[in-house]
Amino acid sequence: MMDPIKADAPVSLYAKRTAVFPRKIDGPFRRFKWFVMAVCLAVYWGTPWIRWDRGPHAPHQAVLVDLAHRRFYMFDIEIWPQEFYFVAGMLIMAGIGLFLVTSAVGRAWCGYACPQTVWTDLYQHVDRLIDGDRNAQMRLNAAPWTPAKFARRMFKWGVYLGIAFVTGGAWIFYFADAPTLQREFWTGTAAPVAYASTGILTFTTFWLGGFMREQVCIYMCPWPRIQTAMLDENSLTVTYKHWRGEPRGSLKEARNAASPLGDCIDCKQCVAVCPTGIDIREGPQIGCITCALCVDACDRAMASIGRPRGLIDYCTLVDAEREIKGEPARPVMKVLLRPRLMAYFAVWGGIGLALLFMLGARERLTLSVARERNPEFVQLSGGAVRNAFTLALRNMEDRPRTLRIAAEGLPGAALYTDEMAPGAARASIDVPVPADSTAKVRLYAVVPADKAHPQDFALTATPLDGGGRAPRRETHFAAPGGEHDEGEHE
Amino acid sequence: MTHDNTHAGKVIDDATGTAKVGHEWDGIEELDTPLPRWWLWTFYASIVFALVYVVLYPAIPMLHSASTGVLGWSSRGVLAEEVAHEKAEHQGVRDAIAATPIEALAADPKLQRAAIEGGRAAFKVNCVQCHGAGAAGATGYPNLNDDDWLWGGDLNTIQQTLVNGIRYPGNDATRSSLMPSFGKDGILTAAQVQDVVSFVRVLSKQDPANGASRRGAQIFADNCAVCHGANGEGNRSVGAPRLSDKIWLYGGDRASLVNTVTNAHAGVMPAWTGRLDPVTIKMLAVYVHSLGGGEAAPAPAPAPAPAASAAAAPPAGAAQ
Repeated sequence: MMDPIKADAPVSLYAKRTAVFPRKIDGPFRRFKWFVMAVCLAVYWGTPWIRWDRGPHAPHQAVLVDLAHRRFYMFDIEIWPQEFYFVAGMLIMAGIGLFLVTSAVGRAWCGYACPQTVWTDLYQHVDRLIDGDRNAQMRLNAAPWTPAKFARRMFKWGVYLGIAFVTGGAWIFYFADAPTLQREFWTGTAAPVAYASTGILTFTTFWLGGFMREQVCIYMCPWPRIQTAMLDENSLTVTYKHWRGEPRGSLKEARNAASPLGDCIDCKQCVAVCPTGIDIREGPQIGCITCALCVDACDRAMASIGRPRGLIDYCTLVDAEREIKGEPARPVMKVLLRPRLMAYFAVWGGIGLALLFMLGARERLTLSVARERNPEFVQLSGGAVRNAFTLALRNMEDRPRTLRIAAEGLPGAALYTDEMAPGAARASIDVPVPADSTAKVRLYAVVPADKAHPQDFALTATPLDGGGRAPRRETHFAAPGGEHDEGEHE
Repeated sequence: MTHDNTHAGKVIDDATGTAKVGHEWDGIEELDTPLPRWWLWTFYASIVFALVYVVLYPAIPMLHSASTGVLGWSSRGVLAEEVAHEKAEHQGVRDAIAATPIEALAADPKLQRAAIEGGRAAFKVNCVQCHGAGAAGATGYPNLNDDDWLWGGDLNTIQQTLVNGIRYPGNDATRSSLMPSFGKDGILTAAQVQDVVSFVRVLSKQDPANGASRRGAQIFADNCAVCHGANGEGNRSVGAPRLSDKIWLYGGDRASLVNTVTNAHAGVMPAWTGRLDPVTIKMLAVYVHSLGGGEAAPAPAPAPAPAASAAAAPPAGAAQ
């Protein structure tokens, strides 16, 4: 570290980034990371291209956020804006899911699935592919700017940009029909927002994945802070087992040492492979995203000198203390079935079940009724009384339906709409509602003089195709003699 | 050690290397720390920006308005542009409405819907002052929701009423009629007014017949039936209201009726031609017609149409 602060040297809290050149490594955790990366990228790039047949009245994209028409499609589920609580519920589940995962396996999200991790990993592979492994990269980095280095850098940054463009460009396909948008995009006829989104996301991917990398995790992201607060003594962290490794020393030093040294031969392979450039032997720290690449590196080193694996390993604090005392590790189930985890799981699962239940029970045909209150009722010349209602008929299915509007419990009522002649009033009216849309109807209900008194009744909208339940709305028929019109005619 | 060197101009602080101002309070000295460069340059850039802005945009307050700026921009201009843009957007629909006879609009539900909504908007600006936001009217201002029309409730008649107004001075084609002030002008005595009111209350089935109403029947036949009809059925050609129904423009209770017969009423509605363009008037007519009481166009031949439309009141219609 620095010397004690001198009076004439201004103190700076700024730490310049030390570039990280992680060494290539292979092992079970690395292969698992490959697998997760492949799945994440495949999901991200592939999802918008999955087709889903919804008939002639709805888009054929399996996952589509149709902002222009206020619809969200996900396979067989279609969500209207007022059903956004499903999305909110899924976001809450994702949040609690992170709590659950963090309590169980620590920062597994950071280590494997976070987009910043996945794309940083991808870019680090590009580095190794173009510039060579760790040492070659370090040499090139320190080398002066010769034309050869410049050309190599330009090529690498070009590849960065290509990946960034493909990444940023894929995002827009979630918001419009992917094949159409792709055609429009290349012919310059897509919406400006498509180009703007692509540009912004290309830039953020290029910058965050290509250059910011671990700084995003260490300085910018709030999640590590939340997680460090959430980790407890039962959370898995990547642990250097210092009780086994210390005092460290190379094999040569071990031979010359007076007392036997620990298992750590100070080969620094754990530091060399670390994508965030930390030394795990300093203990748990915010820079550790628990990707376990150091575990792979250390296991190789241990294997080559014939010592048991796991000097660096996933381990909980409780088990670490047990191991120091020489006690056996607890069974996995005992660690997983602790109250905190079960509470998270119960909340997470409960919300999930509630969402599923609501999804199954939700109505795809609804009726809302707004009673006209200005005027509340209209006195007709013959003595009959008329009320007006504004009906919203929501047909949330992908097929047109015809609904029969009728008044239930309003004797003698005749109905007509503002598009019909009053003379055509009748007991029920058929209203066609196009697929996946809302029809607004201004309905007039006329009740003859002898039955025109204030009363409650219900409006029903029965689908003529007979499918599903007929929505029904209680409402009120206002007439002279009600609370707003005291006895003027009596 | 530097306290005494103030005459030399700049005295440098040892710890920071920054010049001192020379102020000192109880041993605490003020440093002359320069502004951060980025701040200073932002400040200069702001000044340049402000100068350019003042030249380009309205900025300097004058007596009546601000300076205009070389770009000629103004918020009023933007508004005018937006209004013009919206008008241009609507022009196609307005042209279509203008080209379609008012009776034929119903054949095109989309056009009819556009006309209703356009009329609704115009109504909110021009008509609610008298007829109310819900078009329910008030005493002296007809309720446009009901099925009772003084001059007729089909599309053409409503449009005609809008175009020329009612008893509107200065319009030759305006609808006009005048009920005499029977009491005030001494045509009827106060007692006769009471009698004829009794008869009208019987006509409208509010009171049972009695001596006064029987006396009033003859007065009604002599003075009122010529416009209001022998049985109080009204006459739309002169805007004489039907007296046998439940709807009263100035009140159907005894006191209101006595007042009406004594002083008479002659409500005025402005002619809207000249104030509103023909398409807006047409849309207003379609909107008013859609409020629930709109009537079908009368058959061309028979003149006393009102009786026919009375028979077509909704309860009867329900039986069809």
